Amino acid sequence: MQVSTQVEVPVPPPELARVPLVANNRPLGWISDAVARISEIKTPTWWWIAFGISFTMMLVCFAMIAYLMSTGVGVWGLGHPVMWGWAIVNFVWWIGIGHAGTLISAILFLLRQRWRTAVNRAAEAMTIFAVMCAGIFPVIHVGRIWLAWWLFPLPNANNIWPQFRSPLMWDVFAVSTYFTVSVLFWYLGLIPDLAVYRDRARTKVRQFLYGLFALGWTGSNRHWSNYEKAYLILAGLSTPLVLSVHSIVSLDFAVSQLPGWHTTIFPPYFVAGAIFSGFGMVLTLLIPIRKLCGLEDIITKRHVELMCKVTLATGSIVGYAYGMEVFIAWYSGNPYERYAFWNRAFGPYWWAYWIMIACNVVIPQLFWFRKVRQNMLVVWILSVLVNVGMWFERFVIVVTTLAREFLPANWGFYAPTWVDICTYLGTFGLFFTFFLLFMRFLPVIAIAEVKGVTPQADPHHPLGGAREGGHHG
Amino acid sequence: MSDIFPKWTNKLPAYLLAAGAMMGTAVVAGVWYYFTPKYTRVGYQPIQPVSFSHHIHVEQLGMDCRYCHTGVEKSSHSNIPASTLCMNCHNQVLKEDPRLALVRESAATGKPIPWVWIHKTPDFVFFNHAVHVNRGISCVHCHGQINLMDEVQHAKPLSMAFCLDCHRNPEAFIRPPDQVFNLNWQPESQTKQLADGARLVREWRVEKLENCSACHR
Repeated sequence: MQVSTQVEVPVPPPELARVPLVANNRPLGWISDAVARISEIKTPTWWWIAFGISFTMMLVCFAMIAYLMSTGVGVWGLGHPVMWGWAIVNFVWWIGIGHAGTLISAILFLLRQRWRTAVNRAAEAMTIFAVMCAGIFPVIHVGRIWLAWWLFPLPNANNIWPQFRSPLMWDVFAVSTYFTVSVLFWYLGLIPDLAVYRDRARTKVRQFLYGLFALGWTGSNRHWSNYEKAYLILAGLSTPLVLSVHSIVSLDFAVSQLPGWHTTIFPPYFVAGAIFSGFGMVLTLLIPIRKLCGLEDIITKRHVELMCKVTLATGSIVGYAYGMEVFIAWYSGNPYERYAFWNRAFGPYWWAYWIMIACNVVIPQLFWFRKVRQNMLVVWILSVLVNVGMWFERFVIVVTTLAREFLPANWGFYAPTWVDICTYLGTFGLFFTFFLLFMRFLPVIAIAEVKGVTPQADPHHPLGGAREGGHHG
Repeated sequence: MSDIFPKWTNKLPAYLLAAGAMMGTAVVAGVWYYFTPKYTRVGYQPIQPVSFSHHIHVEQLGMDCRYCHTGVEKSSHSNIPASTLCMNCHNQVLKEDPRLALVRESAATGKPIPWVWIHKTPDFVFFNHAVHVNRGISCVHCHGQINLMDEVQHAKPLSMAFCLDCHRNPEAFIRPPDQVFNLNWQPESQTKQLADGARLVREWRVEKLENCSACHR
């Protein structure tokens, strides 16, 4: 007996209809083509120029590290009383940037924020490369880099272990766990898309390499079922990490008993700042990418707007934390605390403090305006300023507190050397070298996931499978 | 889709995993064995410029350690004697022996014999001989049975773990003070050692120094 293939499709009233996440009603095949195209076309000139600059800067970074190793930490501007300088500032800054990736991929996944699909792949890649840049600094700042393995609790002929009561030790575990889970999460998500690249490959080399890393993915039901389960588990594992890593980084400061550091607000305030800077960096990266790679229909203005809103929210939390720090310093009645904050705003580093306030508190407030959020150039400039501000935040925290100890005899002034500056700039080279390679050779967009949130993927949708007889038949 | 990889590659991950595990174990075991002082330092036995035998001098002649190493009870450093001290006996014993030519020359000219230093600690380690031998730690604990060696060799690892084994548990090592220079002394039993050791630790108020600056300054 012939069953009618007509399936009744309920159409929601217009005011409840969702705007599709992929603009212009692009079909599923178009999504694959648009993303895979980036690595299949001839390498664009802009890519070579950008890669050349990044690669050179990366070599500068390595040269600076070699110089540091061969000569000693004296080549940096460190000196009593400021024994933590740019190295720790840069470490905290990069690791903070790394927080947006996991937030987008894990927390927004658990919260069913479907717009994350367009941005999560690039954000996760950003996370991994940012954590790599961050990881360099604590390792090289120990001075005797060849003994950096002492950071790990390995049995040794000295019968001693690292100091487990030290937050610096917790850092080692927090950051290495974060990096491992982020890489696994990123790679797991890549597998179906790598299989797409493998199947589209025209050369033997591409077929072999994409095939190797696609791990024999065929897209069978069983593969998808395992994939979804693994993805959910990793999302669950990553979620606490979003909060724990920067909390522990903040404890590097908060556990010590210096005015300006010894505060309980540090963990939440650092986490908010990390997400703030991470979204700043995602915007900085994705606004040019959507233009250069022709992905405006996948990373739409709405996506950018949503990320602006996250930036606004976290930026406001950061602003509140700054205010609360100052209030508590006054309210505590402790003269050292009061002085620490007075010194931040009006001491020798006043300019750093006010750059921080301008970029982190004032600038994100512009994202209240739809006109600002819709203007890609403005958003891009503001997103860069967000990270300028966040770098100065870490500078203010690290340097102003150390430069003013309890005793005036221990006061000092810190200035970086050219090696500090070149090492920091060099890590941008490292970051962008990896990011450009990622852009060129791996899917910048999670193809399978974006397809999953299109109307066509819904079997009951007019454009979905149901219309042609559907999944029931 | 045609197969990119032949069928046997399905087993490759398992093989790689097994190989990786074996390699990892081998590397850990190798480092554990070959890269620790138990291997790198124990057994070091350089040929000395003069073939001085501790065995003959201590066991056959019955000399005390302190006849030559005079400073060991008073100084942080246990001294190597000047060659004039050798001549106290050797101006009569084995007077013309060619093996002692360098000793005679050194005693006459004052130019020291270039002994090869065997028991070295890093320069950030401050080991004090006097505090150890005056509190019941015998030569034998760190140097082994020197009294039986014809050519001295590095007998104990002298790693930091080696030091800490005793610093954390001195009862097991401290001996009666009159037996410190008797390198053949053995406790009657392990129980007696622990009982006597505990008593000595208490009476002498031996601190179990484990803080960094006990040895590193």
